[in-house]
Amino acid sequence: MGTKMFSESAIERIEQEYKEWLHEYEKALQKLPERLERFSTVSDMEVKNLYTPLDIKNKDFMEDIGFPGCYPFTRGVQTTMYRGRLWTMRMFAGLGTAEQTNERFHYLIDHGETGLSVAFDFPTLMGYDTDSPLARGECGRCGVAIDTIDDMQRLFARINLEEVTTSMTINPPASVIWAMYIANAENEGYSRKKLGGTIQNDCLKEFIAQKTLMLPPEPSIRLVVDTVEFGTREVPRWNTISISGYHIREAGATAVQELAFTIYDGITYVEECIKRGLNVDDFAGRLSFFWNSHIDFFEEIAKMRAARRMWARIMKNRFKAQNPRSMMCRFHVQTAGCSLTAQEPYNNIIRTTTEALAAILGGCQSLHTNSLDEVYMIPSEFAVKIALRTQQILAYEVGAANVIDPLAGSYYLEALTDRMEEEANEYIRKLDEMGGMVAAIEKNYPQMEIAESAYRFQQQVERGEKAIIGINMFPSEIPPLEVLKIDPEIERLQIERLHKFKEKRNKVKLQKALDELRRRCEGKPCWENNVMPALIEAVKAGATEQECCDVYREVFGTYTDPASF
Amino acid sequence: MGNERKLRILVAKPGLDGHDRGARIIARALRDAGFEVIYTGCHQTPEQIVQTALQEDVDMIGLSILSGAHNYSFPRIMELLKENNAEDIVVVGGGIFPLEDIPKLKSIGIKEIFTPGAKLEDIIKWVRENVKPRKVAA
Repeated sequence: MGTKMFSESAIERIEQEYKEWLHEYEKALQKLPERLERFSTVSDMEVKNLYTPLDIKNKDFMEDIGFPGCYPFTRGVQTTMYRGRLWTMRMFAGLGTAEQTNERFHYLIDHGETGLSVAFDFPTLMGYDTDSPLARGECGRCGVAIDTIDDMQRLFARINLEEVTTSMTINPPASVIWAMYIANAENEGYSRKKLGGTIQNDCLKEFIAQKTLMLPPEPSIRLVVDTVEFGTREVPRWNTISISGYHIREAGATAVQELAFTIYDGITYVEECIKRGLNVDDFAGRLSFFWNSHIDFFEEIAKMRAARRMWARIMKNRFKAQNPRSMMCRFHVQTAGCSLTAQEPYNNIIRTTTEALAAILGGCQSLHTNSLDEVYMIPSEFAVKIALRTQQILAYEVGAANVIDPLAGSYYLEALTDRMEEEANEYIRKLDEMGGMVAAIEKNYPQMEIAESAYRFQQQVERGEKAIIGINMFPSEIPPLEVLKIDPEIERLQIERLHKFKEKRNKVKLQKALDELRRRCEGKPCWENNVMPALIEAVKAGATEQECCDVYREVFGTYTDPASF
Repeated sequence: MGNERKLRILVAKPGLDGHDRGARIIARALRDAGFEVIYTGCHQTPEQIVQTALQEDVDMIGLSILSGAHNYSFPRIMELLKENNAEDIVVVGGGIFPLEDIPKLKSIGIKEIFTPGAKLEDIIKWVRENVKPRKVAA
């Protein structure tokens, strides 16, 4: 028995009245035409002038909307949501050396942040040590440089690793960095069973959007499955993947494309883990997601609600998961970096506030708010404090966290949520037909879909069809901001420190550990050849990040950006 | 005018960062404006970029970067162009970096820096006005 929200007679009556109202609207337009020729979301989804029960007349409350903490989780994954506990305020931070970043962590904790999130520099993200010729000029610039377990120890000095949860944005070398985190925590006396956090570890979105590339798709996925398998057995509180739409959106995707490609990446990981022999209900509860909160307020809330409902349905119907936890799309949100402007940067505070409010009303589990100066550099202390305060004001002052999913039942929002799901499902069907995400990536399909959207948006901005205040509307000049400076000297110091570290190692023990890592990589993917135990041994024996990644590169080969545009 | 060969432009991404949205949009816009465009893809060293520029016989290089390594890679590219007697290739830059770095980059011979928010139309206009074919095509 269904739980339809409107009776047929009510709908009939509304339909009649709506027609009459439309007539009045047309008449009113004779006097004052609409402001725009066409109204659409930032993703270019056309929107109507008014939404009514007619737009959601087929909705079934229990099937489609329901209650928080209950399937299909449209209204949130927890029963009590923010009335019980607020989202984790998790500011993305990383700059210069491990000590400098540790200082930033403590600064943020002292000002009330509740979770850590590490930004690594590009050499670390690409699997190179600071002394690699490819790393010249990059050390500590876009994040922190982590080459060794000693760097990891300095990064988390004076932080209780069983109390705080740590998110690490790391992709091709995720297994290595995670091994360093676990090994360091164990050296410090913590139990791996009690460690909580997330490694981003989503290789597919790298091929699609972010381009932090190292290995070809197949071995990349194998390493992801290794981490999921290891986490399932050994680090039960860890989120082994953060399936990330964020970067897909930043690369120019629409909200629907972000939703569809990310969910499909999730489908791919679940399939691969099942192929390894894992039981879906043993690992799916530890998959997490990462969404972008862009500038179009309602579209973003709808996207996050649609994501939860889609994932729940996919896990239940496609993968036959039994445990409700396996069906929960738990997610972190970051406000949209690409929505910020270098011109009039103070406006970025307002953009970020709105995007953060959308994330909260969308029901995120953790949130990063961008700093106003990130269009120039990684944020200064001054700017990052305002960004954290933005979350705190939204959490404690405005009342947005007092009611669970307060926008449910809004005719517009529910209609938009439905449309998100329908259009994303269209992409999912297409990707299924193409033979899955790896096949689609090889055909350059998601990459070019995103490039199209990015180019179209840029043209809309230039034609003035999409407004950006301070750029194509009301532009003005204001004095430049004071931005953070990274001392170029730290590169030399980090290299010096790395070389000293290398001299101290027991070469025999190190070689043995790296040989074992190689043997496992060369072997068939299975628990006996899981790379994680070997990596933990290797980094404890002093293997650097690059030395481990070099083993990967030698065994699996490398991948380069196909340079399409 | 019709006989003049099309300008050849290399759009290049030096360094390890993968943020190529801007580079790809610019590459498309320049192509749509009628130029011949070659794009390097991500993760190029200064050596690779200069080698490609020489091989492809380009008239202009557009560098796009976010990572903060511009203070190393841009000067290195200018140096390599000079070493190869190719300093007449017009080099422009764009991306995310502190505004105070712009005068330094211009002082080493980067002709123009387009900051975030620059209009495609303005970039194309700048190219038309400031870049001439290096030599007559054979």
